[in-house]
Amino acid sequence: MPSVSEILDSMDYGPSPEQNSHVKEWLGRHKDGFRHFIGGAFTASSGKQWIEVSNPANAETLGRVPQGTAGDIDHAVKAARKAYKSWSRLSGHERARHLYALARHIQKRERFLAVLETMDNGKTIRESRDIDIPLVARHFYHHAGWAQLMESEFSGYGPAGVCGQIIPWNFPLLMLAWKVAPALAAGNTVVLKPAEFTPLTALAFAEICMEAGLPPGVVNIVTGDGETGASLAKHPDVDKIAFTGSTEVGRLIREATAGSGKKLSLELGGKSPFIVFEDADLDAAVEGVVDAVWFNQGQVCCAGTRLLLQEAISERFIAKLRKRMESLRVGDPLDKSVDMGPLVAPVQLARVTALVKKGESEGGTLLQAPSPLPAKGNYFPPSLFVDVDAASTVMQEEIFGPVAAAMTFRTPEEAAAIANHTRYGLAASVWSENINVALDAAARMKAGVVWINSTNLFDAAAGFGGYKESGFGREGGREGLYEYLVPAWSKNLAAGAEDAAPVSATPSADAAANVVDLIDRTAKLFIGGKQARPDSGYSYALASPKGARIGLAGLGNRKDIRNAVEAALKGSAWSSASAHNRAQVLYFLAENLAARADEFANRIKQFGAPVQAARKEVDTALARMFYYAAQADKYDGRIHSTNSKKQTTLAFNEPWGIIGLVCPNELPLLGMISLLMPALAMGNRAVLVPSQAQALVATDFYQVLETSDVPAGTVNIVTGARDELARTLAEHDEVAALWYLGSAAGSAMVEKASAGNLKPTWVNNGKRIDWFAAEQGEGHDYLRRATQVKNIWIPYGE
Amino acid sequence: MMNDMTHGLGGNALTRNSGMPLALPMFEKAQVNTAAAERRAATLGTRRSVKKEYQAAWLVKAVQCIDLTTLAGDDTAGRVHRLCEKARRPVREDIQEKLGLSESLKVGAVCVYPAMVPHAVKALRGSGIPVASVATGFPAGLTPLKIRLAEIRYAVDEGAGEIDIVIFREQVLHQDWQALHDEIAAMREACGAAHLKAILATGDLKTLRNVYKASMVAMQAGADFIKTSTGKEDVNATLPVSLTMVRALRDFGEQTGFKIGFKPAGGLRTAKDAMNWQILMKEELGRRWLEPDLFRIGASSMLADIERQLEHYVTGRYAALSHHPMA
Repeated sequence: MPSVSEILDSMDYGPSPEQNSHVKEWLGRHKDGFRHFIGGAFTASSGKQWIEVSNPANAETLGRVPQGTAGDIDHAVKAARKAYKSWSRLSGHERARHLYALARHIQKRERFLAVLETMDNGKTIRESRDIDIPLVARHFYHHAGWAQLMESEFSGYGPAGVCGQIIPWNFPLLMLAWKVAPALAAGNTVVLKPAEFTPLTALAFAEICMEAGLPPGVVNIVTGDGETGASLAKHPDVDKIAFTGSTEVGRLIREATAGSGKKLSLELGGKSPFIVFEDADLDAAVEGVVDAVWFNQGQVCCAGTRLLLQEAISERFIAKLRKRMESLRVGDPLDKSVDMGPLVAPVQLARVTALVKKGESEGGTLLQAPSPLPAKGNYFPPSLFVDVDAASTVMQEEIFGPVAAAMTFRTPEEAAAIANHTRYGLAASVWSENINVALDAAARMKAGVVWINSTNLFDAAAGFGGYKESGFGREGGREGLYEYLVPAWSKNLAAGAEDAAPVSATPSADAAANVVDLIDRTAKLFIGGKQARPDSGYSYALASPKGARIGLAGLGNRKDIRNAVEAALKGSAWSSASAHNRAQVLYFLAENLAARADEFANRIKQFGAPVQAARKEVDTALARMFYYAAQADKYDGRIHSTNSKKQTTLAFNEPWGIIGLVCPNELPLLGMISLLMPALAMGNRAVLVPSQAQALVATDFYQVLETSDVPAGTVNIVTGARDELARTLAEHDEVAALWYLGSAAGSAMVEKASAGNLKPTWVNNGKRIDWFAAEQGEGHDYLRRATQVKNIWIPYGE
Repeated sequence: MMNDMTHGLGGNALTRNSGMPLALPMFEKAQVNTAAAERRAATLGTRRSVKKEYQAAWLVKAVQCIDLTTLAGDDTAGRVHRLCEKARRPVREDIQEKLGLSESLKVGAVCVYPAMVPHAVKALRGSGIPVASVATGFPAGLTPLKIRLAEIRYAVDEGAGEIDIVIFREQVLHQDWQALHDEIAAMREACGAAHLKAILATGDLKTLRNVYKASMVAMQAGADFIKTSTGKEDVNATLPVSLTMVRALRDFGEQTGFKIGFKPAGGLRTAKDAMNWQILMKEELGRRWLEPDLFRIGASSMLADIERQLEHYVTGRYAALSHHPMA
């Protein structure tokens, strides 16, 4: 022990260990092995395998948890299903009391949970104590409030049912809170599988559930690895899966749940840009990098690891950052003066090491913090790559470790282009003291969260979640709750959506036209504002239900879909038009359709509808067009009351960009309008596959589009074999979202094929929606599905 | 009492800031993001923790950096004498012994009004503790320049080794940097060998951008130290303001090579405050800025709290205020 005089020379910080005897005592109590938490009791696994849980700082064993079996999962799902009956029937107030009790108990156990989290995960005690656990309590408080308000704020909605929740190891208890709190508030029950590296705080939470008097079966926790998670994702009696983790596993879950009717939300990887403009407070931005990249050892899905620096300040910024790296302290995460602990597991250390080696072999210059590393444990130093560019591996791949890579840009426009040129879209951090530069950059970001002059701010009141392959769905805030709610009417839909028959592209004598009383009409595809012949050169015949030949429609193929998507990509004008402007165009569309109402009614009648029904379909379509024209400038975003006094958090409803719309076979006009109008109202461009059997209604409709000032590329119509075209759309990586209203098999196919770029899908699983009923056929549900929420955080103050 | 070129610790002498003509490019584009500065300031003390013997050492170091201050309208020769005695023996001898300090502890300086300088000089004779005098129409600084300069010369003539001047706030609020620079430069000249600490009265400047720019101008004009507050503004030393000033100081050092000192003053009362500011200095500037030639804490009641903490360290028991001699 150095003397006071010696320390007066060195002025070192010295050791400052957080005491962990209480946690050790708790671990000692469980030294024979933890158990699953099922139906309100700690329950032995039906299997015999165990997972050893170790402290990443020193490789010491903390305990062991059962490797959950499919049987364990089934047991837990049954317990959740049983509890669901009573839990979902509790009043919002009753559920609020339970969530409030959980929040209070978490606060009373805050230091215990913080120390345990640090020992299990390796994150510093500063972070677990000041960030993770307070956010956990905050999440339960906030959602106690939502439980209370459920009836008044979400009338017409009900819980999804039994939720399977699979969480990662980087924020173990916080991710549990993000999953469990909204699920419970909305009236769901849950089966949660924590990550195999970090299951301990979830099991401590199970004890807290008992302490707080939560009814048995409302929360069930089954430990295990990816296999256990897969059993949960595939379980037939689970209504909703929420997953946070890698994009790779997210894709597997999307495929595994395809066609099951399960709701799904995915919060996946990222490679978020951190943009520093020349007029930024550079010292502030340097601290931003510390909190973006070296927070939680960089094991953060939204870490701003792509540093984009404006050329004028790049050199100075790197110099400041290098200087700052000198004072970072890496070491025992229980030490209160440590900035960075170990990575969670040896396998992560190996992965990060390999990626960094690759970065060096590609010519990147690696700069690392000089802090000494402990001899034992999975430590990796804070690292920064310079002399890299957009094509470098370390600029493209999510490293999930404490490694940033920096490159320069010239103009705000270029910054946005580089920032968005990625498969991910989770978060972005933008640094500028100029409000125009900052807000413009924030608006351009294709990301679910944008922090202006800040980074890694989180709060229960704001949604978190990504664009593109960073996943879909939001966690937190009002937008997050919808992931755990379904419209009440949707639970009772019957099967019976019309299937699409096989298409024949050959001439047929059976269905000869009766009389040529008009000049023959040629229905084409409609792509990029122009009528286009199908690439195949084939047509298919359309007939009335009684077999009367009505005409031929183009047999679109995958190349037509490709061309339609190209056209939609170029038609970005619609997405940047003002909401008022979009409303005007939609009203004008309705006006022009109304002028041809008789013609459309006749066309619908040709396909077999009775006169009255045909007329009603046109009239309802017109009303629906007005509804969405009206909503175009009224479906507003929100300002979230996030937990800081000088800060505003703006939640924008942004369009997806290009949306694929596969229309129901029945009600060729109303079905199409019901999908197309909300998509257009919110600023999407559509590639639309109309009713296969009654496609001529859609090809008549493009003439209305042509006369209504709809910009080229905004709506593209490809007729043909529905499910074949749907598959091409689902597989197309430039299509950002896809709605499919067809058969059960087609729904499964679409969901599975969408896993490529993880586009969110909405499918009907073959159920019949009553398009005439406003409750089912129009409303906020459609607008919400037509948008994704971007939260822009703006701390302010002078 | 110190030669013109150096001040501070023998083996680690500093080259005194020679000052320079006003150089707008060094600060006119300066940006300070207040929210980010507040976030950084709020977590400085949560990212570092100093315990046990380390804490004792840090607190001893803090004592060495204290400018023990009395700036009250009812100051008398007797009051100043008492303060100077405390400055010579800031911590009870039995505690010092148990801490095992190799030399006897003393504070950084004693800070008084100009009229009290003769009393302080007399009381501190032979101690090696410099007398710091506030001057230039402290605290508002609104007397004519001629009189403000005369006040400096008076204090220096009476034996003050350090002069804590106040700036003319209007020059900052009007962004009249040339005028601010020229006045401070004139004050520096009037100081001669005495060191100039420029009090920015940051509570009056309000914005951190103003604080940064005023810091830069003061350093360009030749300030040896920049100091936050008089203790008389509505808001005195805060961590975000201090953070902004030390960053300005760091930028100035990078561009000129001069190491400038920093002195927070006003509102620092506890041992915990001392540690927070020490952590700020070490994190933003480095270990060198923990020494009294580059860091001072303007305080009066803080010392008593530090003494109690040190007694607790050596005895393991919590201490009573009345067991330590009054300042």
